[in-house]
Amino acid sequence: MYAAVCARSFRRYATYRAATWARVVTNTAFGFIIAYTYQALWQVRPHLGGYDLSAALTYVWIGQAMFAFIAVGGQGALDDLQNRITNGDVAVDLFRPVDLQGWWLSVDLGRAGYQLFANGLVPMLTGALCFHLRLPQGGAVQEAGVWAAFALSLALAAVVSFALRYLVALTAFWLLDVRGVQLVYYLFCSFFGGFFLPITLFPPLLEGLAGVLPFVAVFQVPADLFLQRYDAPGALAALGVQLAWAVVLLGAGRLVQGRAVLKVVVQGG
Amino acid sequence: MADPAGSATVTVLRSLRAYGLIVRMWTRAALAYPASFWMTTFGNMAASVMDFVVIAVIFLHTGALGGWTLPQVAFLYGTSGITLGLADLLVGSMDQLGVRVRDGSIDTVLVRPVPALAQLAADRFALRRLGRVVQSGAVLGWSLAHLGLAWTPEKLLVMVSLVLCGTVIFGAVFVGGSAFQFFVADAAEVQNSFTYGGATMLQYPPTVFAKDIVRGTVYGVPLAFVNWLPALYVLGRSDPLGLPGWFRFAAPLAALACVAAAGLLWRAGIRSYRSTGS
Repeated sequence: MYAAVCARSFRRYATYRAATWARVVTNTAFGFIIAYTYQALWQVRPHLGGYDLSAALTYVWIGQAMFAFIAVGGQGALDDLQNRITNGDVAVDLFRPVDLQGWWLSVDLGRAGYQLFANGLVPMLTGALCFHLRLPQGGAVQEAGVWAAFALSLALAAVVSFALRYLVALTAFWLLDVRGVQLVYYLFCSFFGGFFLPITLFPPLLEGLAGVLPFVAVFQVPADLFLQRYDAPGALAALGVQLAWAVVLLGAGRLVQGRAVLKVVVQGG
Repeated sequence: MADPAGSATVTVLRSLRAYGLIVRMWTRAALAYPASFWMTTFGNMAASVMDFVVIAVIFLHTGALGGWTLPQVAFLYGTSGITLGLADLLVGSMDQLGVRVRDGSIDTVLVRPVPALAQLAADRFALRRLGRVVQSGAVLGWSLAHLGLAWTPEKLLVMVSLVLCGTVIFGAVFVGGSAFQFFVADAAEVQNSFTYGGATMLQYPPTVFAKDIVRGTVYGVPLAFVNWLPALYVLGRSDPLGLPGWFRFAAPLAALACVAAAGLLWRAGIRSYRSTGS
């Protein structure tokens, strides 16, 4: 059943073609702006933060291709959950014989899959046409390994990003207006996730802080895997960290959800 | 219409009056919840601070970007933020036009005896957007304190014209982009590439970008007149494109052209609008 929900969600987002194209244009435009600023910086400081110029440019375009996929700038499908919590419809959802978190995970994964396909390909190809990007290197076996690790890492990034946004959405049970929390989430996730600049460019204190926060699992880890910044054991460890964050954050979501549901029962009684 | 010029003036005055009334209404509504108002204002400020944090981190690694120093880039950052912030404050709500076309509530706007443009521009007027203006103003102040410019009356005049004309140019892009949503209701995001994307671009020196892109901002959507070209004069820098010298002072002309283009687009949009009639 969850697979069916996921597929319907994919189709739902595929319906809005003009909106998709509009977003593709915006992501590509921002890609150009950021790519040129990176280029200016890396021309002065080649190999800054351990990235050479083409790795840094690839980093930019992976970011633009993943922007809609991991829904950094919004809540993705969880906008709907948030509205249902605020207007009380969530009470009906709780009657249904499905798991609330599992349901919304399926909806959001369907959305993410569509966004990766629709908003990922065009910016990436445009970037590859206009700049010298770096593809995985080092023989067929190794390249296949990198692509496989990257694909797995993308899937884990989608789950971690969902788990974080689920927690943000649940705060609606207490706050009703979650725009403030959402803004804080956007700032933390994009900055500490390495979305604006790779975290290796931060001053040491901030870099250390970013390393222990879950946001790197949303963007920096998959990008670094693609750019082959880990050796084989390192790559496995990085995937392990992502998996650990996914489990911990989904668990936290269940815990908070349990408390929130009690609150609904009290209000509704 | 015996006196078309007179009737145009009447329309403009009526629009401004309606705009002022609606703005007052939304401001009073927002201030009814002062805690929420201040939180969102500071939130807006924090969100725009992040752009500057990125610039600051970049300058941890280099003394100059594209040949421009940190105070010079801060000048671009401040002027880009102030002009976009003011335009967003004055007419930014219009980007919701596509939503109104889709849900049909634009019909209500069109049947009211007040010009639609004034109603939509003032709709959900959000004073909290001043957050960006204040924060960018602070960065601009820091920049001016560190640039050590020799001020002349001409430079002062160019600064005033920069803020006014920059706001008008961004405002025209908001209106033109919104009018575009009469044709493609779902395309609100495209507008963001020109407004927020444009403002992000203007935070960095023109030397960072490929020459063809900079040419596009001179002859295409003339965002270069918002701050790049006036900044060349105020900061006393040479022009990487070798444009005619008077281009640095041509922001008022560019602003006029933008307003005319946005006005034409708006009229075309309104005329093409067909209600679903349900």
